[in-house]
Amino acid sequence: MLKVSNLSFSASDNDAKKTIINNVSFEVNNGELMVITGPNGGGKSTLVKLLMGILPADEGKIILDNEDISAYSIDERAKAGIGFAFQQPPRFKGMTVKRFLTLAAGNNLSESRCCDLLSSVGLCAREYLDRELDGSLSGGEMKRIEIASVLASNHKICIFDEPEAGIDLWSFSMLVKQFEKLHETKDRSIIIISHQERIIEMADRIMVIKDGAVSAIGTREEVYPNLIKGESHACMAEMK
Amino acid sequence: MVNIDETTQSVLSKIDSEGFKQEGAYNLRYNGTALCHGDSENIKIVKKTDKNGIDVHILATAQNEYVHIPVVVTTSGMTDEVYNDFFVEPGAKVTIVAGCGIHNSGCNDSRHDGIHAFHVGAGATVTYEEKHYGEGEGTGARILNPVTQIFLEENAVFNLDTAQIGGVDSTKRKSSVVMGPHSRIKVTERLMTHDNQVAESDMDIVLKGEGSSAQIVSRSVAKGNSTQVFHPCAIGEAPCHAHIQCDSIIMDGAKVRSIPEIDARHVDSAIIHEAAIGRINNDQLIKLNTFGLSNDEAEAVIIENFLI
Repeated sequence: MLKVSNLSFSASDNDAKKTIINNVSFEVNNGELMVITGPNGGGKSTLVKLLMGILPADEGKIILDNEDISAYSIDERAKAGIGFAFQQPPRFKGMTVKRFLTLAAGNNLSESRCCDLLSSVGLCAREYLDRELDGSLSGGEMKRIEIASVLASNHKICIFDEPEAGIDLWSFSMLVKQFEKLHETKDRSIIIISHQERIIEMADRIMVIKDGAVSAIGTREEVYPNLIKGESHACMAEMK
Repeated sequence: MVNIDETTQSVLSKIDSEGFKQEGAYNLRYNGTALCHGDSENIKIVKKTDKNGIDVHILATAQNEYVHIPVVVTTSGMTDEVYNDFFVEPGAKVTIVAGCGIHNSGCNDSRHDGIHAFHVGAGATVTYEEKHYGEGEGTGARILNPVTQIFLEENAVFNLDTAQIGGVDSTKRKSSVVMGPHSRIKVTERLMTHDNQVAESDMDIVLKGEGSSAQIVSRSVAKGNSTQVFHPCAIGEAPCHAHIQCDSIIMDGAKVRSIPEIDARHVDSAIIHEAAIGRINNDQLIKLNTFGLSNDEAEAVIIENFLI
């Protein structure tokens, strides 16, 4: 179980401190799929970067399975069981897709396992194994390989920052199926930042982040109807 | 079979990725003399009589064969100069595994200058692998100054794969290529420098023949206070294609100059160059951190893969 308490983060803005995340608390149960949604610029990506340790929180606690990981570095949090897929993954000149997935898995990965991972995100596997993660791959291809890298390891909790961005419709459908499959096993928790209805509809619970704070949180049944109606948040106009 | 001491064996394992064996066609140059050599049915090695070095004759019947010609210098203070010429008959297919390693345990500079000329016949395919490496606890410098001249006849194909793995204090590399009609060359140059090492690479590729094409990929990592200078030049004298790409990772107090030059002398020559120098991208480090790698481990992985 992931338990986040009173997490806050502020950034310098022309000598002034601007609060980006303000006293956010929530929990993600084992095997649960939580979708974080909300308007652009509301602090969703910042929040998950705080969870991964990519940004340093000013205050707050992060507990993963009774282990306080608040002071852990990124690699220590990864070893503790958090996987993270970036919204805009970096490119690596000279690194092949196979090598990248092997590093992600943390051990030797068989070619067939690599192929399975790539197929699960809609890539024709064998064509990609020896490709370099450089400018020759499109943004959509990079994104799918990024998602496959998180699936390569058995994390306790997987975080996906807008996995749908830059992915074509057909691949998006495959991706949704992959998330459904991942969720069905209930052997890991999943956090997805998304604006997509198909992903939001999969959620066990939904958290809406607006202006750096939790604007709504609850089960899909509790939160989703309000999102659809647009009653809860002005952000729905953007999301729809 | 000649016995090879442990130090030499260790150096050979670094510079000959295929694994040096006293089998087939080979010539091991050790501290300025040929320690052992052998011919194969299709590859003959003849010692030069007018100067240091060998002539390697690769017959047309050589198909997918290897020849190994490593050089090892273990005597501190030695300057070794060698001239090797390769005559590749039309249609032959061969991989030449060269490379030089210096083990310097003394206080005097050790230096090897290898001057190699390749005469590649029509339709022949040559892969040339060359690794440079230095080691040893001595204070004397390890210096390597290779000169590579390549002459390609019609439809010949040349893959030049050079790597300076590390430990070389100073290198000045000069390469020149003259290309016949429809010949092709791919050059992959990888270089790692650290501490106060200095590396310079000059390369001229003259695309003389119609339909010739050249691809030059240079990747380097400069650490410590090392200095690197690259100057690849593609000269198009006919309808041809050439692409030069120089990428460098700069670290610590290193200095890197990259000066790709393109020189079109024919209206149908299409020549492109790209050059980039930059530090290790922070996003790359963070991504590898999310795989559980520490910053040092992530940096090593990035460099290792960049130079492959």
